Amino acid sequence: MTAEQKKALQLRAVSVREGILTSTHGAKAGHPGGSLSSADLFTYLYFAEMNIDPENPKWEERDRFVLSKGHTAPGLYSALAERGFFPKEDLPTLRHVGSYLQGHPNMNTVPGVDMSTGSLGQGISAAAGMAKAAKFLNKDFRVYTLLGDGELAEGQVWEATMFAAHYKLDNLCIIVDLNGLQIDGPTSVVMNTAPVDEKFEAFGCKVVEIDGNDFDELEHGFKKFHKNIGKGKPTVILMRTTKGKGVSYMENQVGWHGKAPNDEEYAIGMADLAAIRKQIEEA
Amino acid sequence: MADVKKVATRQSYGEALKELGAVHDNLVVLDADLANATKTDIFKKAFPERHFDCGIAEANMMDVAAGMSTLGLVPFVSTFAMFASGRAFEMVRNTIGYPHLNVKIGATHGGISVGEDGASHQCCEDFALMRSIPGMTIMSPSDDVEARAMVKAAYEMNGPVYLRFCRLATPVIHEEGFDFKVGKGEVLSEGTDVAIIANGILVPEALEAAKVLAEQGISARVINMGTVKPLDEEIVLKAARECGKIVTVEEHSIIGGLGEAVCSCVAEHCPVPVKRIGVNDEFGHSGPAVELLKQFGLCADNIVAQTKALLGK
Repeated sequence: MTAEQKKALQLRAVSVREGILTSTHGAKAGHPGGSLSSADLFTYLYFAEMNIDPENPKWEERDRFVLSKGHTAPGLYSALAERGFFPKEDLPTLRHVGSYLQGHPNMNTVPGVDMSTGSLGQGISAAAGMAKAAKFLNKDFRVYTLLGDGELAEGQVWEATMFAAHYKLDNLCIIVDLNGLQIDGPTSVVMNTAPVDEKFEAFGCKVVEIDGNDFDELEHGFKKFHKNIGKGKPTVILMRTTKGKGVSYMENQVGWHGKAPNDEEYAIGMADLAAIRKQIEEA
Repeated sequence: MADVKKVATRQSYGEALKELGAVHDNLVVLDADLANATKTDIFKKAFPERHFDCGIAEANMMDVAAGMSTLGLVPFVSTFAMFASGRAFEMVRNTIGYPHLNVKIGATHGGISVGEDGASHQCCEDFALMRSIPGMTIMSPSDDVEARAMVKAAYEMNGPVYLRFCRLATPVIHEEGFDFKVGKGEVLSEGTDVAIIANGILVPEALEAAKVLAEQGISARVINMGTVKPLDEEIVLKAARECGKIVTVEEHSIIGGLGEAVCSCVAEHCPVPVKRIGVNDEFGHSGPAVELLKQFGLCADNIVAQTKALLGK
Protein backbone atom coordinates (compact mmCIF):
# COMPACT_ATOMS: atom_id res chain seq x y z
CA MET A 1 0.00 0.00 0.00
CA THR A 2 1.20 3.52 -0.70
CA ALA A 3 1.99 6.00 2.05
CA GLU A 4 -1.09 7.94 0.99
CA GLN A 5 -3.36 4.90 1.23
CA LYS A 6 -1.94 4.08 4.61
CA LYS A 7 -2.52 7.61 5.86
CA ALA A 8 -6.11 7.48 4.61
CA LEU A 9 -6.69 4.23 6.52
CA GLN A 10 -5.14 5.68 9.66
CA LEU A 11 -7.45 8.67 9.47
CA ARG A 12 -10.44 6.41 8.89
CA ALA A 13 -9.45 4.38 11.93
CA VAL A 14 -9.53 7.56 14.03
CA SER A 15 -13.07 8.20 12.82
CA VAL A 16 -14.04 4.61 13.60
CA ARG A 17 -12.63 5.06 17.12
CA GLU A 18 -14.57 8.31 17.52
CA GLY A 19 -17.71 6.39 16.55
CA ILE A 20 -16.95 3.79 19.21
CA LEU A 21 -16.70 6.48 21.90
CA THR A 22 -19.76 8.31 20.61
CA SER A 23 -21.93 5.19 20.50
CA THR A 24 -20.93 3.78 23.88
CA HIS A 25 -21.19 7.24 25.44
CA GLY A 26 -24.67 7.56 23.94
CA ALA A 27 -25.60 4.08 25.16
CA LYS A 28 -24.14 4.65 28.64
CA ALA A 29 -23.02 1.03 28.24
CA GLY A 30 -21.20 -1.25 25.85
CA HIS A 31 -17.72 -2.55 25.20
CA PRO A 32 -15.20 0.08 24.11
CA GLY A 33 -11.98 -1.77 25.05
CA GLY A 34 -12.17 -4.63 22.56
CA SER A 35 -13.84 -2.42 19.97
CA LEU A 36 -10.87 -0.05 20.06
CA SER A 37 -8.29 -2.84 19.91
CA SER A 38 -9.99 -4.13 16.75
CA ALA A 39 -10.72 -0.71 15.23
CA ASP A 40 -7.79 -0.88 12.80
CA LEU A 41 -8.90 -4.33 11.70
CA PHE A 42 -12.51 -3.18 11.15
CA THR A 43 -11.16 -0.26 9.15
CA TYR A 44 -8.88 -2.44 7.05
CA LEU A 45 -11.63 -5.00 6.38
CA TYR A 46 -14.25 -2.47 5.29
CA PHE A 47 -11.97 -0.02 3.47
CA ALA A 48 -9.21 -2.18 1.99
CA GLU A 49 -10.03 -5.85 2.13
CA MET A 50 -13.64 -6.90 1.72
CA ASN A 51 -15.65 -6.93 -1.47
CA ILE A 52 -18.89 -5.28 -0.33
CA ASP A 53 -21.47 -2.76 -1.48
CA PRO A 54 -23.01 -0.43 1.11
CA GLU A 55 -25.80 0.36 -1.37
CA ASN A 56 -26.66 -3.31 -1.55
CA PRO A 57 -25.83 -4.88 1.83
CA LYS A 58 -27.42 -8.23 0.89
CA TRP A 59 -25.55 -8.50 -2.43
CA GLU A 60 -25.17 -12.25 -2.93
CA GLU A 61 -21.57 -12.21 -4.12
CA ARG A 62 -20.27 -10.08 -1.24
CA ASP A 63 -17.58 -11.17 1.16
CA ARG A 64 -19.04 -12.07 4.56
CA PHE A 65 -17.92 -10.94 8.00
CA VAL A 66 -19.07 -12.56 11.23
CA LEU A 67 -18.23 -10.81 14.48
CA SER A 68 -17.84 -13.84 16.70
CA LYS A 69 -16.84 -11.57 19.58
CA GLY A 70 -20.22 -9.90 19.24
CA HIS A 71 -19.83 -7.64 22.28
CA THR A 72 -17.52 -5.41 20.23
CA ALA A 73 -20.50 -4.39 18.13
CA PRO A 74 -19.64 -0.69 18.64
CA GLY A 75 -16.48 -1.23 16.59
CA LEU A 76 -18.32 -3.04 13.81
CA TYR A 77 -21.21 -0.55 13.77
CA SER A 78 -18.85 2.38 13.64
CA ALA A 79 -16.95 0.91 10.68
CA LEU A 80 -20.21 0.07 8.88
CA ALA A 81 -21.51 3.60 9.41
CA GLU A 82 -18.19 5.05 8.30
CA ARG A 83 -18.39 2.92 5.15
CA GLY A 84 -21.91 4.21 4.44
CA PHE A 85 -24.14 1.29 5.41
CA PHE A 86 -26.21 3.58 7.65
CA PRO A 87 -25.96 7.15 8.99
CA LYS A 88 -23.23 7.89 11.50
CA GLU A 89 -25.74 10.11 13.29
CA ASP A 90 -27.51 6.94 14.46
CA LEU A 91 -24.50 5.64 16.42
CA PRO A 92 -25.48 7.33 19.71
CA THR A 93 -28.78 5.40 19.66
CA LEU A 94 -26.79 2.23 20.38
CA ARG A 95 -28.60 0.04 22.93
CA HIS A 96 -31.54 2.44 23.17
CA VAL A 97 -35.12 1.18 23.18
CA GLY A 98 -36.35 1.27 19.60
CA SER A 99 -32.88 1.53 18.03
CA TYR A 100 -31.86 -0.91 15.32
CA LEU A 101 -28.38 -0.85 16.82
CA GLN A 102 -28.86 -3.67 19.30
CA GLY A 103 -26.29 -4.28 22.04
CA HIS A 104 -25.02 -7.25 20.08
CA PRO A 105 -25.13 -7.55 16.28
CA ASN A 106 -28.55 -8.33 14.80
CA MET A 107 -28.46 -9.32 11.14
CA ASN A 108 -32.13 -8.54 10.70
CA THR A 109 -31.94 -4.93 11.84
CA VAL A 110 -28.46 -3.62 11.02
CA PRO A 111 -27.51 -3.17 7.35
CA GLY A 112 -24.18 -4.87 6.69
CA VAL A 113 -24.34 -7.32 9.58
CA ASP A 114 -24.08 -10.82 8.11
CA MET A 115 -24.87 -12.86 11.23
CA SER A 116 -26.48 -12.27 14.60
CA THR A 117 -23.89 -12.96 17.27
CA GLY A 118 -23.14 -12.24 20.89
CA SER A 119 -22.94 -15.62 22.53
CA LEU A 120 -19.24 -16.40 22.30
CA GLY A 121 -17.94 -19.31 20.28
CA GLN A 122 -20.89 -19.41 17.92
CA GLY A 123 -19.95 -16.88 15.26
CA ILE A 124 -16.95 -18.87 14.07
CA SER A 125 -19.22 -21.88 13.48
CA ALA A 126 -21.67 -19.79 11.47
CA ALA A 127 -18.77 -18.37 9.47
CA ALA A 128 -17.50 -21.90 8.81
CA GLY A 129 -21.01 -22.81 7.63
CA MET A 130 -20.98 -19.87 5.21
CA ALA A 131 -17.54 -20.85 3.92
CA LYS A 132 -18.64 -24.46 3.48
CA ALA A 133 -21.81 -23.35 1.68
CA ALA A 134 -19.77 -21.04 -0.57
CA LYS A 135 -17.57 -23.97 -1.58
CA PHE A 136 -20.62 -26.14 -2.18
CA LEU A 137 -22.24 -23.47 -4.34
CA ASN A 138 -18.99 -22.72 -6.19
CA LYS A 139 -19.01 -19.12 -5.02
CA ASP A 140 -15.62 -17.49 -4.72
CA PHE A 141 -16.35 -14.89 -2.07
CA ARG A 142 -14.49 -15.00 1.21
CA VAL A 143 -15.64 -15.31 4.79
CA TYR A 144 -13.99 -13.48 7.68
CA THR A 145 -14.63 -13.91 11.36
CA LEU A 146 -13.18 -12.14 14.37
CA LEU A 147 -12.73 -13.75 17.78
CA GLY A 148 -11.44 -12.49 21.08
CA ASP A 149 -8.65 -14.22 22.95
CA GLY A 150 -10.89 -14.87 25.94
CA GLU A 151 -13.38 -16.45 23.55
CA LEU A 152 -10.85 -19.16 22.73
CA ALA A 153 -11.79 -20.82 26.02
CA GLU A 154 -15.13 -21.78 24.46
CA GLY A 155 -14.91 -25.40 23.33
CA GLN A 156 -17.06 -24.67 20.30
CA VAL A 157 -14.25 -22.56 18.81
CA TRP A 158 -12.23 -25.74 18.46
CA GLU A 159 -15.16 -27.74 17.11
CA ALA A 160 -15.50 -25.09 14.43
CA THR A 161 -11.76 -24.97 13.71
CA MET A 162 -11.70 -28.76 13.35
CA PHE A 163 -14.66 -28.52 10.96
CA ALA A 164 -12.98 -25.77 8.91
CA ALA A 165 -9.76 -27.74 8.57
CA HIS A 166 -11.56 -31.01 7.85
CA TYR A 167 -13.50 -29.44 5.00
CA LYS A 168 -10.43 -27.55 3.74
CA LEU A 169 -12.11 -24.16 4.07
CA ASP A 170 -9.29 -22.05 2.66
CA ASN A 171 -11.88 -19.36 1.88
CA LEU A 172 -12.25 -18.79 5.63
CA CYS A 173 -10.12 -16.27 7.49
CA ILE A 174 -10.23 -16.61 11.28
CA ILE A 175 -8.90 -13.51 12.98
CA VAL A 176 -8.11 -13.51 16.69
CA ASP A 177 -7.70 -10.27 18.62
CA LEU A 178 -4.99 -11.04 21.14
CA ASN A 179 -5.35 -8.01 23.37
CA GLY A 180 -4.57 -10.15 26.39
CA LEU A 181 -7.42 -8.95 28.59
CA GLN A 182 -10.90 -10.21 29.32
CA ILE A 183 -13.62 -9.20 31.80
CA ASP A 184 -12.12 -10.77 34.90
CA GLY A 185 -8.50 -9.90 34.14
CA PRO A 186 -5.54 -10.94 32.00
CA THR A 187 -6.36 -13.91 29.77
CA SER A 188 -3.21 -15.62 31.03
CA VAL A 189 -4.69 -15.52 34.54
CA VAL A 190 -8.40 -16.13 33.90
CA MET A 191 -7.85 -19.08 31.57
CA ASN A 192 -4.58 -19.32 29.77
CA THR A 193 -5.21 -19.98 26.08
CA ALA A 194 -1.52 -19.88 25.08
CA PRO A 195 0.13 -21.11 22.97
CA VAL A 196 -2.54 -20.00 20.51
CA ASP A 197 -0.38 -20.36 17.39
CA GLU A 198 0.53 -23.96 18.11
CA LYS A 199 -3.09 -24.83 18.88
CA PHE A 200 -4.39 -23.55 15.55
CA GLU A 201 -1.49 -25.13 13.67
CA ALA A 202 -2.17 -28.45 15.36
CA PHE A 203 -5.80 -28.15 14.27
CA GLY A 204 -4.66 -27.84 10.65
CA CYS A 205 -4.68 -24.11 9.98
CA LYS A 206 -2.18 -21.75 8.37
CA VAL A 207 -1.22 -19.27 11.04
CA VAL A 208 0.17 -15.77 10.57
CA GLU A 209 1.01 -13.43 13.43
CA ILE A 210 0.84 -9.68 13.04
CA ASP A 211 0.56 -6.42 14.96
CA GLY A 212 -3.15 -5.70 14.63
CA ASN A 213 -2.72 -1.99 15.23
CA ASP A 214 -0.41 -1.53 12.25
CA PHE A 215 -1.80 -1.26 8.72
CA ASP A 216 1.34 -2.56 6.99
CA GLU A 217 1.11 -5.67 9.12
CA LEU A 218 -2.63 -6.03 8.55
CA GLU A 219 -1.95 -5.87 4.82
CA HIS A 220 0.75 -8.51 5.23
CA GLY A 221 -1.64 -10.78 7.13
CA PHE A 222 -4.40 -10.59 4.54
CA LYS A 223 -1.95 -11.04 1.67
CA LYS A 224 -0.95 -14.30 3.35
CA PHE A 225 -4.63 -15.23 3.47
CA HIS A 226 -5.02 -14.52 -0.26
CA LYS A 227 -1.98 -16.67 -0.99
CA ASN A 228 -3.40 -19.53 1.06
CA ILE A 229 -6.67 -19.63 -0.87
CA GLY A 230 -6.67 -22.79 -2.96
CA LYS A 231 -4.24 -24.54 -0.67
CA GLY A 232 -6.84 -26.36 1.36
CA LYS A 233 -6.31 -24.88 4.81
CA PRO A 234 -8.15 -22.15 6.72
CA THR A 235 -6.04 -19.11 7.55
CA VAL A 236 -5.74 -17.83 11.10
CA ILE A 237 -4.51 -14.28 11.63
CA LEU A 238 -3.35 -13.81 15.19
CA MET A 239 -3.20 -10.10 15.77
CA ARG A 240 -1.55 -8.68 18.82
CA THR A 241 -3.31 -5.47 19.82
CA THR A 242 -3.62 -2.99 22.64
CA LYS A 243 -6.99 -3.10 24.36
CA GLY A 244 -8.51 0.37 24.44
CA LYS A 245 -6.06 1.52 21.72
CA GLY A 246 -6.13 5.26 21.02
CA VAL A 247 -7.84 6.44 24.20
CA SER A 248 -5.21 7.28 26.81
CA TYR A 249 -6.97 6.17 29.97
CA MET A 250 -8.44 3.00 28.39
CA GLU A 251 -5.26 1.50 26.98
CA ASN A 252 -4.45 -1.85 28.61
CA GLN A 253 -7.01 -1.22 31.35
CA VAL A 254 -9.16 -4.26 31.99
CA GLY A 255 -11.83 -2.07 33.59
CA TRP A 256 -12.69 -0.64 30.17
CA HIS A 257 -13.76 -3.99 28.76
CA GLY A 258 -17.43 -3.29 29.24
CA LYS A 259 -17.93 0.22 30.57
CA ALA A 260 -19.00 3.43 28.81
CA PRO A 261 -17.23 6.76 29.16
CA ASN A 262 -19.10 9.45 31.11
CA ASP A 263 -19.30 13.00 29.75
CA GLU A 264 -15.92 14.03 31.08
CA GLU A 265 -14.20 10.83 29.97
CA TYR A 266 -15.84 11.13 26.58
CA ALA A 267 -14.41 14.63 26.13
CA ILE A 268 -10.92 13.45 27.11
CA GLY A 269 -11.16 10.47 24.76
CA MET A 270 -12.31 12.60 21.85
CA ALA A 271 -9.44 15.02 22.53
CA ASP A 272 -7.00 12.08 22.54
CA LEU A 273 -8.31 11.01 19.15
CA ALA A 274 -8.22 14.57 17.79
CA ALA A 275 -4.55 14.75 18.78
CA ILE A 276 -3.85 11.46 16.99
CA ARG A 277 -5.64 12.75 13.88
CA LYS A 278 -3.52 15.91 13.94
CA GLN A 279 -0.38 13.82 14.31
CA ILE A 280 -1.30 11.69 11.30
CA GLU A 281 -2.20 14.71 9.19
CA GLU A 282 1.06 16.44 9.99
CA ALA A 283 3.24 13.36 9.49
CA MET B 1 -52.61 -55.61 15.50
CA ALA B 2 -50.15 -58.13 14.10
CA ASP B 3 -51.10 -57.42 10.50
CA VAL B 4 -50.70 -53.65 10.85
CA LYS B 5 -47.84 -52.10 8.93
CA LYS B 6 -45.24 -50.62 11.26
CA VAL B 7 -42.57 -48.03 10.41
CA ALA B 8 -40.22 -46.01 12.60
CA THR B 9 -40.66 -42.31 11.89
CA ARG B 10 -36.87 -41.88 11.72
CA GLN B 11 -37.03 -44.19 8.70
CA SER B 12 -39.76 -42.00 7.21
CA TYR B 13 -37.50 -38.99 7.80
CA GLY B 14 -34.58 -40.48 5.89
CA GLU B 15 -36.79 -41.53 3.01
CA ALA B 16 -38.57 -38.18 2.84
CA LEU B 17 -35.21 -36.38 2.71
CA LYS B 18 -34.17 -38.52 -0.22
CA GLU B 19 -37.45 -37.87 -2.02
CA LEU B 20 -37.29 -34.11 -1.43
CA GLY B 21 -33.60 -33.99 -2.23
CA ALA B 22 -34.33 -35.32 -5.69
CA VAL B 23 -36.53 -32.30 -6.37
CA HIS B 24 -34.68 -29.56 -4.49
CA ASP B 25 -30.97 -28.93 -5.10
CA ASN B 26 -30.69 -26.55 -2.16
CA LEU B 27 -31.64 -29.18 0.42
CA VAL B 28 -28.55 -30.28 2.36
CA VAL B 29 -28.23 -32.58 5.34
CA LEU B 30 -25.91 -32.33 8.32
CA ASP B 31 -25.34 -35.10 10.79
CA ALA B 32 -23.17 -35.66 13.83
CA ASP B 33 -21.82 -39.17 13.34
CA LEU B 34 -25.26 -40.74 13.64
CA ALA B 35 -26.38 -41.01 10.01
CA ASN B 36 -26.92 -44.71 10.48
CA ALA B 37 -29.30 -44.17 13.37
CA THR B 38 -31.01 -40.94 12.30
CA LYS B 39 -31.48 -42.54 8.87
CA THR B 40 -29.99 -39.60 7.03
CA ASP B 41 -27.74 -42.28 5.54
CA ILE B 42 -30.61 -42.93 3.13
CA PHE B 43 -30.15 -39.38 1.81
CA LYS B 44 -26.38 -39.73 1.98
CA LYS B 45 -26.44 -42.76 -0.27
CA ALA B 46 -28.43 -40.88 -2.91
CA PHE B 47 -26.73 -37.48 -2.56
CA PRO B 48 -23.31 -37.92 -0.94
CA GLU B 49 -22.19 -34.46 -2.08
CA ARG B 50 -25.03 -32.86 -0.11
CA HIS B 51 -24.56 -34.76 3.14
CA PHE B 52 -22.06 -33.21 5.54
CA ASP B 53 -20.88 -35.12 8.56
CA CYS B 54 -19.93 -32.72 11.33
CA GLY B 55 -18.48 -35.30 13.69
CA ILE B 56 -19.58 -35.54 17.29
CA ALA B 57 -19.90 -31.78 17.69
CA GLU B 58 -23.56 -30.82 17.79
CA ALA B 59 -23.08 -27.24 18.96
CA ASN B 60 -20.89 -26.44 15.98
CA MET B 61 -23.23 -28.31 13.65
CA MET B 62 -26.25 -26.16 14.56
CA ASP B 63 -24.39 -22.93 13.89
CA VAL B 64 -22.79 -24.26 10.71
CA ALA B 65 -26.33 -24.92 9.50
CA ALA B 66 -27.31 -21.38 10.47
CA GLY B 67 -24.45 -19.99 8.39
CA MET B 68 -25.34 -22.21 5.44
CA SER B 69 -28.96 -21.11 5.50
CA THR B 70 -27.93 -17.49 4.92
CA LEU B 71 -26.72 -18.54 1.46
CA GLY B 72 -30.09 -19.96 0.47
CA LEU B 73 -29.42 -23.57 1.35
CA VAL B 74 -32.07 -25.39 3.38
CA PRO B 75 -30.16 -27.47 5.92
CA PHE B 76 -31.78 -30.39 7.72
CA VAL B 77 -29.65 -30.89 10.83
CA SER B 78 -29.84 -34.28 12.44
CA THR B 79 -28.88 -35.89 15.67
CA PHE B 80 -30.70 -37.45 18.61
CA ALA B 81 -33.37 -35.28 20.25
CA MET B 82 -31.33 -35.17 23.44
CA PHE B 83 -28.40 -33.45 21.76
CA ALA B 84 -30.35 -31.37 19.27
CA SER B 85 -32.61 -29.77 21.86
CA GLY B 86 -30.51 -30.23 24.99
CA ARG B 87 -26.83 -29.96 24.29
CA ALA B 88 -27.26 -27.47 21.47
CA PHE B 89 -30.16 -25.54 23.01
CA GLU B 90 -28.35 -22.24 23.19
CA MET B 91 -27.06 -22.51 19.63
CA VAL B 92 -30.57 -23.19 18.41
CA ARG B 93 -31.90 -20.35 20.53
CA ASN B 94 -29.34 -17.69 19.67
CA THR B 95 -28.05 -18.46 16.21
CA ILE B 96 -31.09 -20.14 14.60
CA GLY B 97 -34.10 -18.93 16.59
CA TYR B 98 -33.15 -15.32 17.29
CA PRO B 99 -32.35 -14.46 13.64
CA HIS B 100 -35.25 -16.75 12.57
CA LEU B 101 -33.10 -18.64 10.08
CA ASN B 102 -34.39 -21.27 7.71
CA VAL B 103 -32.91 -24.30 9.46
CA LYS B 104 -34.79 -27.57 9.95
CA ILE B 105 -33.80 -29.68 12.92
CA GLY B 106 -34.51 -33.35 12.36
CA ALA B 107 -34.29 -34.81 15.86
CA THR B 108 -34.61 -38.56 16.09
CA HIS B 109 -34.79 -40.87 19.11
CA GLY B 110 -37.27 -38.72 20.99
CA GLY B 111 -38.94 -40.02 24.16
CA ILE B 112 -38.38 -43.12 26.28
CA SER B 113 -39.10 -45.46 23.36
CA VAL B 114 -35.37 -45.10 22.67
CA GLY B 115 -35.37 -48.11 24.95
CA GLU B 116 -32.23 -49.93 26.00
CA ASP B 117 -29.88 -46.90 25.86
CA GLY B 118 -31.56 -45.62 29.00
CA ALA B 119 -32.17 -42.21 30.57
CA SER B 120 -29.12 -40.40 29.15
CA HIS B 121 -30.54 -40.81 25.65
CA GLN B 122 -34.29 -40.72 26.36
CA CYS B 123 -35.20 -37.11 25.66
CA CYS B 124 -38.51 -36.19 27.25
CA GLU B 125 -37.76 -32.46 27.49
CA ASP B 126 -37.41 -31.38 23.87
CA PHE B 127 -40.91 -29.96 23.38
CA ALA B 128 -40.46 -27.89 26.53
CA LEU B 129 -37.09 -26.55 25.45
CA MET B 130 -38.08 -25.82 21.87
CA ARG B 131 -41.48 -24.32 22.81
CA SER B 132 -39.64 -21.66 24.77
CA ILE B 133 -37.94 -20.30 21.64
CA PRO B 134 -39.97 -17.56 19.89
CA GLY B 135 -40.87 -18.43 16.30
CA MET B 136 -39.93 -22.10 16.55
CA THR B 137 -42.34 -24.50 14.86
CA ILE B 138 -42.47 -27.95 16.47
CA MET B 139 -43.82 -31.07 14.79
CA SER B 140 -44.21 -34.57 16.14
CA PRO B 141 -45.62 -37.09 13.65
CA SER B 142 -47.96 -39.90 14.61
CA ASP B 143 -46.84 -42.27 11.89
CA ASP B 144 -44.89 -42.81 8.71
CA VAL B 145 -47.30 -40.97 6.43
CA GLU B 146 -47.54 -37.91 8.64
CA ALA B 147 -43.77 -37.89 9.20
CA ARG B 148 -43.07 -37.70 5.50
CA ALA B 149 -45.71 -35.02 5.03
CA MET B 150 -44.14 -33.00 7.84
CA VAL B 151 -40.65 -33.15 6.34
CA LYS B 152 -42.09 -31.78 3.12
CA ALA B 153 -44.06 -29.08 4.96
CA ALA B 154 -40.97 -28.12 6.93
CA TYR B 155 -39.01 -27.67 3.73
CA GLU B 156 -41.75 -25.61 2.15
CA MET B 157 -42.18 -23.16 5.02
CA ASN B 158 -39.71 -20.43 5.90
CA GLY B 159 -38.15 -20.30 9.36
CA PRO B 160 -36.84 -22.71 11.97
CA VAL B 161 -38.59 -26.03 12.50
CA TYR B 162 -38.00 -28.75 15.08
CA LEU B 163 -39.13 -32.18 13.91
CA ARG B 164 -39.24 -35.00 16.43
CA PHE B 165 -38.98 -38.57 15.22
CA CYS B 166 -38.85 -41.87 17.06
CA ARG B 167 -36.71 -44.97 16.99
CA LEU B 168 -39.43 -47.55 17.50
CA ALA B 169 -41.45 -48.92 14.58
CA THR B 170 -45.08 -48.00 15.19
CA PRO B 171 -48.39 -48.54 13.33
CA VAL B 172 -49.23 -46.55 10.22
CA ILE B 173 -52.64 -44.96 10.77
CA HIS B 174 -52.90 -42.50 7.89
CA GLU B 175 -53.73 -43.21 4.27
CA GLU B 176 -51.17 -42.21 1.65
CA GLY B 177 -51.82 -38.70 0.39
CA PHE B 178 -52.84 -37.41 3.85
CA ASP B 179 -52.95 -33.64 3.74
CA PHE B 180 -50.91 -32.29 6.65
CA LYS B 181 -51.22 -28.61 7.49
CA VAL B 182 -48.74 -26.92 9.82
CA GLY B 183 -50.50 -25.75 12.98
CA LYS B 184 -53.66 -27.77 12.39
CA GLY B 185 -54.84 -30.61 14.58
CA GLU B 186 -56.75 -33.53 13.13
CA VAL B 187 -59.89 -35.15 14.51
CA LEU B 188 -59.34 -38.87 14.04
CA SER B 189 -62.55 -40.00 15.65
CA GLU B 190 -65.57 -38.05 16.83
CA GLY B 191 -66.76 -38.13 20.41
CA THR B 192 -68.62 -36.03 22.95
CA ASP B 193 -67.82 -37.23 26.49
CA VAL B 194 -64.12 -36.47 26.51
CA ALA B 195 -61.40 -35.39 24.09
CA ILE B 196 -58.12 -37.26 23.97
CA ILE B 197 -55.47 -35.01 22.45
CA ALA B 198 -52.35 -36.95 21.56
CA ASN B 199 -49.33 -36.79 19.33
CA GLY B 200 -46.37 -38.83 18.19
CA ILE B 201 -46.31 -42.58 18.47
CA LEU B 202 -48.98 -42.53 21.18
CA VAL B 203 -51.73 -41.54 18.74
CA PRO B 204 -52.38 -45.18 17.77
CA GLU B 205 -52.63 -45.94 21.51
CA ALA B 206 -55.16 -43.14 21.92
CA LEU B 207 -57.23 -44.57 19.06
CA GLU B 208 -57.08 -47.99 20.64
CA ALA B 209 -58.16 -46.51 23.99
CA ALA B 210 -61.10 -44.76 22.34
CA LYS B 211 -62.28 -48.10 20.95
CA VAL B 212 -62.17 -49.71 24.39
CA LEU B 213 -63.93 -46.71 25.92
CA ALA B 214 -66.65 -46.90 23.26
CA GLU B 215 -67.29 -50.51 24.21
CA GLN B 216 -67.86 -49.25 27.74
CA GLY B 217 -70.26 -46.56 26.61
CA ILE B 218 -67.84 -43.61 26.68
CA SER B 219 -67.66 -41.46 23.58
CA ALA B 220 -64.10 -40.16 23.22
CA ARG B 221 -62.98 -37.73 20.55
CA VAL B 222 -59.42 -38.40 19.43
CA ILE B 223 -57.38 -35.50 18.16
CA ASN B 224 -53.94 -35.91 16.62
CA MET B 225 -51.96 -32.75 17.44
CA GLY B 226 -49.04 -33.13 15.07
CA THR B 227 -47.91 -29.54 15.51
CA VAL B 228 -46.98 -28.82 19.12
CA LYS B 229 -46.26 -25.18 18.31
CA PRO B 230 -48.06 -23.16 17.13
CA LEU B 231 -50.87 -24.96 18.92
CA ASP B 232 -54.18 -25.34 17.09
CA GLU B 233 -56.17 -23.46 19.74
CA GLU B 234 -59.36 -23.60 17.73
CA ILE B 235 -59.54 -27.39 17.77
CA VAL B 236 -58.61 -27.47 21.47
CA LEU B 237 -61.28 -24.96 22.48
CA LYS B 238 -63.91 -26.65 20.33
CA ALA B 239 -63.08 -29.90 22.13
CA ALA B 240 -63.23 -28.14 25.51
CA ARG B 241 -66.66 -26.69 24.74
CA GLU B 242 -68.15 -29.82 23.17
CA CYS B 243 -66.59 -32.54 25.33
CA GLY B 244 -66.02 -30.69 28.62
CA LYS B 245 -63.01 -32.76 29.64
CA ILE B 246 -59.62 -33.33 28.05
CA VAL B 247 -56.92 -35.97 28.33
CA THR B 248 -53.56 -35.22 26.77
CA VAL B 249 -51.16 -37.97 25.74
CA GLU B 250 -47.53 -37.49 24.74
CA GLU B 251 -44.21 -39.29 24.94
CA HIS B 252 -42.70 -36.34 26.78
CA SER B 253 -42.49 -34.97 30.28
CA ILE B 254 -45.82 -33.73 31.57
CA ILE B 255 -43.85 -30.54 32.20
CA GLY B 256 -43.65 -28.13 29.29
CA GLY B 257 -45.01 -30.25 26.46
CA LEU B 258 -48.31 -30.74 24.64
CA GLY B 259 -50.20 -31.25 27.90
CA GLU B 260 -49.12 -27.95 29.35
CA ALA B 261 -49.73 -26.16 26.06
CA VAL B 262 -53.31 -27.46 26.08
CA CYS B 263 -53.71 -26.56 29.77
CA SER B 264 -52.56 -23.00 29.15
CA CYS B 265 -54.94 -22.65 26.27
CA VAL B 266 -58.04 -23.89 28.07
CA ALA B 267 -57.15 -22.18 31.36
CA GLU B 268 -57.16 -18.81 29.61
CA HIS B 269 -60.09 -19.28 27.25
CA CYS B 270 -62.36 -22.12 28.36
CA PRO B 271 -61.41 -23.78 31.65
CA VAL B 272 -62.17 -27.50 31.72
CA PRO B 273 -60.57 -30.36 33.67
CA VAL B 274 -57.47 -31.76 31.97
CA LYS B 275 -55.54 -34.93 32.74
CA ARG B 276 -52.00 -34.98 31.37
CA ILE B 277 -50.58 -38.37 30.46
CA GLY B 278 -46.86 -38.33 29.78
CA VAL B 279 -43.63 -39.06 31.55
CA ASN B 280 -44.04 -37.80 35.09
CA ASP B 281 -41.30 -35.73 36.68
CA GLU B 282 -38.74 -38.52 36.52
CA PHE B 283 -36.00 -39.97 34.30
CA GLY B 284 -36.46 -43.07 32.20
CA HIS B 285 -34.35 -46.20 32.33
CA SER B 286 -33.13 -49.07 30.17
CA GLY B 287 -35.45 -51.69 28.81
CA PRO B 288 -37.24 -52.79 25.65
CA ALA B 289 -39.22 -49.85 24.25
CA VAL B 290 -42.65 -51.48 24.30
CA GLU B 291 -42.14 -52.62 27.87
CA LEU B 292 -41.04 -49.13 28.93
CA LEU B 293 -44.05 -47.48 27.28
CA LYS B 294 -46.32 -49.80 29.27
CA GLN B 295 -44.39 -49.28 32.48
CA PHE B 296 -44.62 -45.50 32.16
CA GLY B 297 -48.32 -45.63 31.39
CA LEU B 298 -47.88 -44.53 27.79
CA CYS B 299 -50.28 -47.12 26.45
CA ALA B 300 -53.94 -47.68 25.63
CA ASP B 301 -54.67 -49.42 28.94
CA ASN B 302 -53.54 -46.46 31.00
CA ILE B 303 -55.26 -43.95 28.72
CA VAL B 304 -58.50 -45.89 29.30
CA ALA B 305 -57.94 -45.97 33.06
CA GLN B 306 -57.03 -42.29 33.36
CA THR B 307 -59.90 -41.20 31.13
CA LYS B 308 -62.39 -43.14 33.21
CA ALA B 309 -60.93 -41.68 36.38
CA LEU B 310 -61.26 -38.17 34.97
CA LEU B 311 -64.90 -38.88 34.09
CA GLY B 312 -65.53 -40.39 37.53
CA LYS B 313 -66.33 -43.77 36.04
